Amino acid sequence: MDANLKREIMLDNYQNPANRGKPVDENYISVNSNNSSCIDNIDLWVLIKDDVIHDIKFMGEACAISTASTSIMTKELIGKSLDDVKKIIENFYNMIEEREYEKELFSEAIVFDEIYKQANRKTCATLPYKGILDAIKIYENNKKA
Amino acid sequence: MNFKDDFSMLNKDLVYLDNGATTFKPSCVIEAMNDYYENYTANAHRGDYDISLKVDIAYEGVRDKVQQFINARHREEIIFTSGATEALNMIVSGFFEHVLEPGDEVIISEAEHASNVLPWFRLANKKGIVIKYVPLDEHLHVTLDAIRKTVSPRTKVIALAEITNVVGDVRPIKDICAYAHSRDIFVVCDGSQSVPHKVTDVQDNDVDFLAFSAHKMCGPTGVGVLYGRMELLEELEPVNFGGGMNESFDNENAIFLKELPARLEAGTPNIAGVIGLGAAIDYLIKVGLDNIYYHEITLKKYLVEKLATIKHIDIINEECDSGILAFNVDGIFPQDVAIYLSKYNVCVRAGNHCAKILKKSVGVRNTIRISLYFYNTKEEIDCLVELLKDRDKIMKEMI
Repeated sequence: MDANLKREIMLDNYQNPANRGKPVDENYISVNSNNSSCIDNIDLWVLIKDDVIHDIKFMGEACAISTASTSIMTKELIGKSLDDVKKIIENFYNMIEEREYEKELFSEAIVFDEIYKQANRKTCATLPYKGILDAIKIYENNKKA
Repeated sequence: MNFKDDFSMLNKDLVYLDNGATTFKPSCVIEAMNDYYENYTANAHRGDYDISLKVDIAYEGVRDKVQQFINARHREEIIFTSGATEALNMIVSGFFEHVLEPGDEVIISEAEHASNVLPWFRLANKKGIVIKYVPLDEHLHVTLDAIRKTVSPRTKVIALAEITNVVGDVRPIKDICAYAHSRDIFVVCDGSQSVPHKVTDVQDNDVDFLAFSAHKMCGPTGVGVLYGRMELLEELEPVNFGGGMNESFDNENAIFLKELPARLEAGTPNIAGVIGLGAAIDYLIKVGLDNIYYHEITLKKYLVEKLATIKHIDIINEECDSGILAFNVDGIFPQDVAIYLSKYNVCVRAGNHCAKILKKSVGVRNTIRISLYFYNTKEEIDCLVELLKDRDKIMKEMI
């Protein structure tokens, strides 16, 4: 993908993020994701039922990369089963860390395929995914209990 | 003075505007440290041989320099630490932990650096002391009047930075001390952002304790100073026990401690660092503290005038007499602005600047911070301002 197009998609998601807001429904699992090395700070609310992510909402103060990545992530993960979500997240980390990954798993998230060139922004792109993994852990622990 | 000749870091095509975080080191500082490592490496306070004696003279000579630099009464009132953070922790854990009673109040502000907040939080949790915040005025400044209104009969300590690292206001420390001492309240001063930039006179302002770091004043990292009035330092219990601080000990667990300052400097000190600090002090004196302060204020005024003409810039602290300026670009996250500027080799800080509780007062959690030093120039300000003029350009190039 052309660098300008990537930038446009990121900017569009930064300025008009999808799924921004705080749900009133108490069934959402709430997690906070922040980077110790910078000032990004995102609250995520994840609605998981029957091992499927039904909805994600987010709020917080974060940079363009983090915000865009969160917006794009919500669009890509809502409606997916936890197994699919885990696979997508694993491949997203692989992409960010310059390892082999399955391209076809992503739509817009592919805009971050060269973010490794800016080492200090890798954690910005992965920030929301870290939060989703935490939420899944909470869901699975609750299920066991 | 042509500072470019003295600082190799000033010849790297960088516009460095993050001096509140750390400062560049002139070659005389680096050479002084190298000289110790290359020509007279030995421990201090130890040997009976020539180079060890030379180390002693150099190391203890810096104590005299620091004493004169902040005009302390006695050289024993100067304790070398790893930095302001360690100094503040020693003050809180070594002195106030033993002096304060549950319910006693410590006044700080919401604009303090974490190192003047968290040691007190620990003491609050451990001993039940009460932390009160002096309200900031509309310019986010601390006034004597606000202090007066916050003090109660239970107030035992006022702990403030003389200049804050976010808002950059200069606190009236001398007046605060006069008022505090009339009520038997101790004053702890975090001098990290003030000692490098203006004349500090601990006899004139009468602070009880002062902490500062060498690396923010052209010195090396890993070394700082704890100043305390003699009679208070005498009561300060060492946090570290070990070599160099005891007279003798026996197998009955009895320890006999040395006099000040050795008692509070256990272990082999940062000898090279202290020697570097001495060279930094010599350098700052050569530049002149008054010149430094005047230059920073003049440059800051110039910066404010320029930024004020840009519509999409919100200046947080226009009204302050230091070289620190915090601002935001409308609608753009501060970190994105910093990363954009970094693409043009302009170094600024984005974040909460270790003052995480300030949000309540300022209303914004994060800002971009410019912190100036004497080697910054109008040309560098022009470069910064030019890069900030076009909001669309920032948006386009920040990612």
